[in-house]
Amino acid sequence: MISEAVVDLSRWQFAATSLYHFLFVPLTLGLSFLLAIMESTYLMTGREIYKDMTQFWGKLFGINFALGVATGLTMEFEFGMNWSYFSHYVGDVFGAPLAIEGLMAFFLEATFVGLFFFGWDKLPKWQHLIVTWLVAFGTNLSALWILVANGWMQNPVGADFNYETMRMEVTHFSDLIFNPAAQVKFVHTVAAGYTTASAFVLGISAYYMLKGRDAAFARRSYTIAAGFGLAACLSVIVLGDESGYTDGEVQKAKLAAIEAEWHTEPPPASFTAIGIPDQDKMETTYAIKIPWVLGLIGTRSIDEPITGLTEILEKNRLRVREGVKAYGLLQKLRTGEKTPENIAEFNRYKKDLGYGLLLKRYTEKVTDATDAQIEAAAQYSIPRVVPLFWTFRIMVGCGFVTLGVFIWAMFASSIRRCRQTTLLKWSLYTIPLPWIACEMGWFVAEFGRQPWTIAEVLPTFLSASSLTEWDLYISLAGYISVYTVFLVIELFLMLKFIKLGPSSLHKGRYHFEIIAQEEGVSHV
Amino acid sequence: MFDYETLRCIWWLFLGVLLIGFAVMGGFDLGTAILLPFLGKTDTERRVIINSIGATWEGNQVWFVTAGGALFAAWPMAYSVAFSGFYFALLLTLFALMLRPLGFDYRSKLPSEKWRGNWDKALFVGGFVPALIFGVAFGNLLQGVPFHLDNDMRIFYDGSFWGLLNPFAIVAGLLSVAMLVMHGAAYLQIKTEGDIQQRCQKTVMLFATLTLVIFALAGVWIANIDGYAITSTLLHDAPSNPLNKVVEKTAGLWLRNYQTYPLLILIPSSAFMTGVSTLILSKQQYLKSAFISSSFTIAAIILTAGVSMFPFLIPSSINMNHSLTVWDASSSHTTLAIMFWVTVVFLPIIIVYTSWVFRVLSGKITLSHIQNNDHTAY
Ligand code: HDD
Ligand code: HEM
Ligand code: HEM
Repeated sequence: MISEAVVDLSRWQFAATSLYHFLFVPLTLGLSFLLAIMESTYLMTGREIYKDMTQFWGKLFGINFALGVATGLTMEFEFGMNWSYFSHYVGDVFGAPLAIEGLMAFFLEATFVGLFFFGWDKLPKWQHLIVTWLVAFGTNLSALWILVANGWMQNPVGADFNYETMRMEVTHFSDLIFNPAAQVKFVHTVAAGYTTASAFVLGISAYYMLKGRDAAFARRSYTIAAGFGLAACLSVIVLGDESGYTDGEVQKAKLAAIEAEWHTEPPPASFTAIGIPDQDKMETTYAIKIPWVLGLIGTRSIDEPITGLTEILEKNRLRVREGVKAYGLLQKLRTGEKTPENIAEFNRYKKDLGYGLLLKRYTEKVTDATDAQIEAAAQYSIPRVVPLFWTFRIMVGCGFVTLGVFIWAMFASSIRRCRQTTLLKWSLYTIPLPWIACEMGWFVAEFGRQPWTIAEVLPTFLSASSLTEWDLYISLAGYISVYTVFLVIELFLMLKFIKLGPSSLHKGRYHFEIIAQEEGVSHV
Repeated sequence: MFDYETLRCIWWLFLGVLLIGFAVMGGFDLGTAILLPFLGKTDTERRVIINSIGATWEGNQVWFVTAGGALFAAWPMAYSVAFSGFYFALLLTLFALMLRPLGFDYRSKLPSEKWRGNWDKALFVGGFVPALIFGVAFGNLLQGVPFHLDNDMRIFYDGSFWGLLNPFAIVAGLLSVAMLVMHGAAYLQIKTEGDIQQRCQKTVMLFATLTLVIFALAGVWIANIDGYAITSTLLHDAPSNPLNKVVEKTAGLWLRNYQTYPLLILIPSSAFMTGVSTLILSKQQYLKSAFISSSFTIAAIILTAGVSMFPFLIPSSINMNHSLTVWDASSSHTTLAIMFWVTVVFLPIIIVYTSWVFRVLSGKITLSHIQNNDHTAY
């Protein structure tokens, strides 16, 4: 059995590297679209300033994109390196969307991104515009396929366990693609990316206006970001609500944990806006409850209940017991007793096989599990409430503040009053909020799935590779040092070019160059 | 549509196509990066070299990412064994590969000499380390990997990182470096002119020769190391279960496929023929043909390794019966069929638009081009 330390270290490593990857992903997703919009405007109006905008924000896009690619490589390797049992157990299903992502999306974005940077003088304008759109399209396609893979981990449809190969295998591939968990994830996540990039462009444009530099450039960028950002932020909130609704259907335990719903309430359930949840006592103190809201969001009805954790726990105790039977039958089949009766029995119980595997945390011989061990496994099947409760509320809070700023910015832009210092300062300070929301969102999605890597199929502690603690200490230390150095370099370059602004394009018509011409010296 | 056995063979071929695709497309980027400090004497010359691959390397690298994804989808057990077994080798490759996107994009963004010098070193490492390790990995596959499985199919690896660096594997690693340097120089010869181009031509001569010498040496060596063969019956269309067979290990078994199908000898011999023709074509200034010829050399060398091992993907040196083969380590019939159609549709589309992008970006990168585009070129 692999040690608990190895599992924990593997989890820390995956969490750290994926959250790090997702620092760059949302900006790529959104900025690629904003670039396409700016360049389209350039073609429609024929005004050079829109070309300058595309090129300047494109420079920042490039700095970010490089790290997105570098850290994405880690993710692709890590399933095999650190989660080899997972890769064996579900590779038949999970590998397919990953390979399709490469063929359909990565080739597209990576091939055309070079032409985006180096094709300005080699292509007619309209062809260059198509290239830019293809990059945007490619990045979004890549999000689609990776989220199909991730959605399947949350809600494993269209696949079945095969005792001969000892793994999950595809039965209906279309179910994977039309998996409701994957679809809401996709739209919520790309909308989150658009929001992040809009807040980035909005905030930096506000900074130029605060400094009184490059006014025409900044105001146009600001307006585009405000419009696109408002639409994106509204979508992310509406679609986040949709995610909650889907959780209510396919991941009841996650929803109940996010909401600290300890017991099933008579419908429609009330929403705990804030409070102090306590896992041991299974209650929330100082709760401020808003009647009806949770029932409405979670079920879209006033008469369906939202299942509470106590009731889920009750059901899971039964499922662990059924899982013991499934596991026993599997052992018989694996050792050659492939009688039709055994196969039929196994098929009856196999939907609970995952719950049987949970017992491996407590005993090597699952079939002899004691009542105490079964109770422990059932308790373990419920996610930890406190971290989920708070991270979810931080995400939502960031979402609403960001929305407020976008509404204000849009309103001010439309009446051409966007140069109020207060608004500009708010725009600038909003930049980090969508990033925080994204990181919190992934934490909710992934930690809320625990203790499973594949919901109700494969427990996390079984998924890890058979490495030693030292292997993981060394690799974790490697990632932390390399990633820290990268981040410092990236931020240094980012800040340098942000401060320089469009003057970095060397077109001779922006702030620092004009000053330099006046003074007769070069600043850049 | 196709039966399970055929699909398994097709997927063995597809994996080969993707690996060769990476070695041919990503290979000249790696080779060029290795040559960067040696062929570029001044900053501008180094920028010429960087910019001759700067706009296209990113797409080329996706051959590698996709080969990884396809291995995961079509041969999940092989993906799991290789990636968790070669843990530190891959970690090293990974860190080296990460230097590339940053090196290309960040290097020329600041004028500082120190900054640029450090990125040049980073780009060299990003080319050399992966090229070496890919070869070393192949060298170890040919000797067998020390892993075994338990009844739940959990993988246990009993080797160490240093064990990977045995003499045969190092020869394989050097072969990989030599052929990619040859390939990179053949590409640079097309994209450059003047001094750099002349240095490239000498490099092609030297490294094509080295490639062929090391390849011959590895060939003699392979005849004497232990090869593997399945000695029990193994159904070619049964569900994938690598625990169900008996495997023997004896010196010379890797030559067995050539004894059974003598025509296969054409593959290693064509590596020699195209290697020599690369030399001649490069010398005679038929630059594009030299590059194509060098691509064929690489393809033939990789195919030789694959064909010698067929049907083995990853032989196990400590529990031979657990070796992974084409017949018992694949995905299910359904997954192979779905992925077959996806590949058949998308691979040609990829080739069409990649060719278009290369056409648009064709033409030499010159010193004056760099000087005129000081702020936009890499
Ligand atoms: C919602 C979007 C999203 C999510 C959840 C992930 N990625 Fe990512 N990934 C992208 C969206 C993206 C992108 C937008 O397409 C990137 C980011 C920046 C970039 O250059 O492309 C990218 C780059 C990127 C690359 C480099 C591609 C290239 O060479 O061009 C790889 C190999 C991966 N990713 C793999 C993964 C894996 C295995 C993930 C799962 C853990 C993952 N990504 C999560
Ligand atoms: C980039 C976006 C992602 C982020 C930010 C993210 C975040 C996380 C976090 C925080 C954890 C640790 C949970 C814990 O152990 O408590 C985790 C685990 C994991 N995630 Fe994700 N994840 C991302 C994408 C994905 C995707 C797309 C997949 C699959 C395609 C995936 C698969 C996994 C696996 C296998 C684990 C390890 C097992 C586990 O601890 O749950 N992740 N991820
Ligand atoms: C304000 C209302 C919001 C609500 C109600 C909401 C709801 C949710 C829920 C329920 C999940 C978990 C989905 C699952 O695991 O199945 C989630 C995940 C996530 N959220 Fe939000 N969210 C909101 C705002 C935001 C904002 C503003 C951002 C970023 C700009 C964001 C980014 C994310 C990300 C990246 C994930 C992980 C991917 C996913 O599971 O979809 N969310 N959100």
